[in-house]
Amino acid sequence: MSDILKIGDRELTSRLFLGTGKFSSNKLIPEVVKASGAQVVTVALRRVDMEFEEENIAAFVPKDCILMPNTSGARNAQEAVRIARLARAAGCGNWVKIEVITDNRYLLPDNFETIKATEILAAEGFVVLPYMSPDLTAAKKLVDAGAAAVMPLGSPIGSNRGLRTKEMVRILVEEISLPIIVDAGIGRPSEAAEAMEMGVAAVLVNTAIATAGNPVAMARAFGMAVEAGRMAFLSGPGEIMDIARASSPLTGFLRDS
Amino acid sequence: MKITVNGKKEIIKEGETVAGLIALKGLNPDTVIVEYNDDLMKKGEWSDRALKENDRLEILRFVGGG
Repeated sequence: MSDILKIGDRELTSRLFLGTGKFSSNKLIPEVVKASGAQVVTVALRRVDMEFEEENIAAFVPKDCILMPNTSGARNAQEAVRIARLARAAGCGNWVKIEVITDNRYLLPDNFETIKATEILAAEGFVVLPYMSPDLTAAKKLVDAGAAAVMPLGSPIGSNRGLRTKEMVRILVEEISLPIIVDAGIGRPSEAAEAMEMGVAAVLVNTAIATAGNPVAMARAFGMAVEAGRMAFLSGPGEIMDIARASSPLTGFLRDS
Repeated sequence: MKITVNGKKEIIKEGETVAGLIALKGLNPDTVIVEYNDDLMKKGEWSDRALKENDRLEILRFVGGG
């Protein structure tokens, strides 16, 4: 069954996007990417800590993946635009995840600034995937701004609380013509499957895999769940009933009536 | 001579280049990105660029992120 997710000018067969934060060792990343099947992998750009020599994360991401820098750390549209331009100039390709956050406790995105950044970067030829609070009006404005997909949160970043915004995401799936990608909060493969069953185009998972006891096995579990959820969606789930409807014939041979 | 590196004031010697400063910091040039006065500076230009008073450098790196 051919089931392609088209974003920008790329055709993807995997609907699991992978974040690379919080892994106990970057050396796990190639194996995690492989186990998950992910074709889109996010990274962040940071000031170098002079006291602590680190590795360049990009070196651990398989070359056939789309590297998607995020703009984390940006507190307004202008800062997000600056990070995106730098990442592209540094050879990161033209995909970018917009992330504009001013709220330190829940890390909820600023939809207004996100829309502004999306408009500027889309006009510059970026493939823009904005992380947003699920809100229909904001999503429509992101469409108009030239976003390539819309990425509502399931619950706060890194919380593993699952798809708490389900109803709002459902509305986006129904009303927005762009791919809807649930980004943030997905904590268990079952929750990824749940999102996929609703018809979201993809999910982005980081913490749930990175902080699992066995990240490689968890990456595989998420890959399978995303595939299962997608297939269920395409198969058309059956109707939900209030009362029982027998699966076996109740008219047997034990009694006449 | 005074310049700003990653938001901190630093004193460096006259005529120091970006490449020289990266080496002085003990950084592997292949793992970092340099923004010079708000513009990305390509690696090929690092050894040609002598720093001037009040220059601003951001030395950045791709790290794990979601």
